[in-house]
Amino acid sequence: MSVAIEQVTSQRERGPLRAIFISQPFWVTVALIVICLVMGGVSNVFFTEDNFFNVTRNYAFIGILALGMTAVIITKGIDLSVGSVVGVSGIATAMVLYAGHSVWAGIAAGLLTSLACGLVNGVLIAYLNLSSFIVTLGMYAVARSLAQVLSENHMIYQFGPDEKLFTRIGGGTTFGLANPFIILLVLTIIFMIALRYTAWGRWVYAVGGNEHAARLTGVPVNRVKLSVYLLSGLMSGITAVLLVGWQGAAINAMGTGYELRAIASSVIGGTDLMGGSGGAYGAFIGAALIEVIRNSLLLAGVDANWEGTFVGLFIVLAVLLSKFRGMRSG
Amino acid sequence: MRLFELRDISRNFGAIQALTKVNLKIDAGEVLGLMGDNGAGKSTLIKIMAGNFPPSGGEIWLKGEKVEFQNPKDARKKGIEVVYQDLALCDNLTAAENVFLGREAKIRFGPFSFIHYAAMFREAARHFAELKSETRPRDLVRQMSGGQRQAVAIARTRLSNPDIVLMDEPTAAISVRQVAEVLDLIRRLRDQGIAVILISHRMPDVFAVCDHVSVMRRGKVVADKPIGQTSPEEVTGLITGAIETA
Repeated sequence: MSVAIEQVTSQRERGPLRAIFISQPFWVTVALIVICLVMGGVSNVFFTEDNFFNVTRNYAFIGILALGMTAVIITKGIDLSVGSVVGVSGIATAMVLYAGHSVWAGIAAGLLTSLACGLVNGVLIAYLNLSSFIVTLGMYAVARSLAQVLSENHMIYQFGPDEKLFTRIGGGTTFGLANPFIILLVLTIIFMIALRYTAWGRWVYAVGGNEHAARLTGVPVNRVKLSVYLLSGLMSGITAVLLVGWQGAAINAMGTGYELRAIASSVIGGTDLMGGSGGAYGAFIGAALIEVIRNSLLLAGVDANWEGTFVGLFIVLAVLLSKFRGMRSG
Repeated sequence: MRLFELRDISRNFGAIQALTKVNLKIDAGEVLGLMGDNGAGKSTLIKIMAGNFPPSGGEIWLKGEKVEFQNPKDARKKGIEVVYQDLALCDNLTAAENVFLGREAKIRFGPFSFIHYAAMFREAARHFAELKSETRPRDLVRQMSGGQRQAVAIARTRLSNPDIVLMDEPTAAISVRQVAEVLDLIRRLRDQGIAVILISHRMPDVFAVCDHVSVMRRGKVVADKPIGQTSPEEVTGLITGAIETA
């Protein structure tokens, strides 16, 4: 009898291969490859080094935001403020640099501003039990308005003594890849490991799966919730620093609409808005798919304004797909 | 020495007297059935034993020592584990991850510590084998039957090697075949010398596994008898009040 049980307990319902085949990121990756191959056949520009460089750099910013967003959504939350936090953090960085401080002071100013926004979001949501939708919607308005107040509606394009170094961080390259893309790669790997192989990561999924159960079993639910909003804030700060450096100027409208693209990337990459499932690779590949579609439309000579329509269709399609998968697995 | 004893436990919520001088005792390797109608005070009593809130009066004795619980963590440290009615499982995690939730097995690399999945799967498999339950540690709890979910919740209590396991209506919402499975799980716990307190509405279950039965009515224990000296009819009478005390 006990031999039989040990045989059973060493098995599992889904083998590793099957797990890959039913995962949404896998199919998004397939879709991405197919689109790339088709575009490579249709356009002789698509597979050029320049285009690859542009695409990877463009989507790195959204990809970084999508990583933080994914952690938030797994806990059954949402962060609508990331675009605005990019705005205010970018302005903070630019103002500190403009005042003649070092590049490190500038970066610190940006990251601390974003962390402060994340802290406010996190404390209100985790400890005062307010809805994440409402709290981050509030921060969406507050952070954007602070960016406008701080910048007095001026564009900042002089970054003091360290200007060269600063613009090289966001605008430069390493090993032939745009720096923002390198940072996205590194962050994706860190998020993958943290979500899959640390206790914190499991707790993030537990909070999204059954918050009540997580609390009863001793998971520090409030701290876990706070941590994901801090992380999401930090990702906005990193994005802001890179974005200002690449563009060589900071305006208070920076990051407008990014929250929707970050959410879209997460959802297309298989993160469930109802919480409890999703992953870092999904955010990475979801963001890539959106940018490649945009790029393809441009190369195909389609009016760029169609981008929103396609992104919208993909979001609905992704949610529909995950609904069908949910129905099959019970 | 008695393993666990409640002496004259009372609890009131404002003007409402939920429990009046409740006495309860259980020894190692015993299964005590706690029965009573809705509102009889079973849940209040469980919450006091699990440390969710303190009694207004009376004493809790554990292994010859008077104890006081400030919160569920205290109770757990002293060796009392609870299997909640809703089981408190995360459907989106695997059985092993649920068993270890909040106390994951870890392996250190310098300043970082990572989850030791191999150890968790191995340990969880060992617990399931001990419970003689065909539950696969690597499967998501979402795909599991009621009996397997119970096994996961019970295996979780085994981690801390408790003396007492409180089970709140474990057979309330599952099929007949799975009820038999759960009753077997309870017998395994008993065989390992654990004291089990089973709160249940289901008479056949109580008579199938319990050594003793305590009946509560309107915040009082109206009977405490060895299972061999009572009958389902008598217990029903005690629950409804048709029989005053026994």
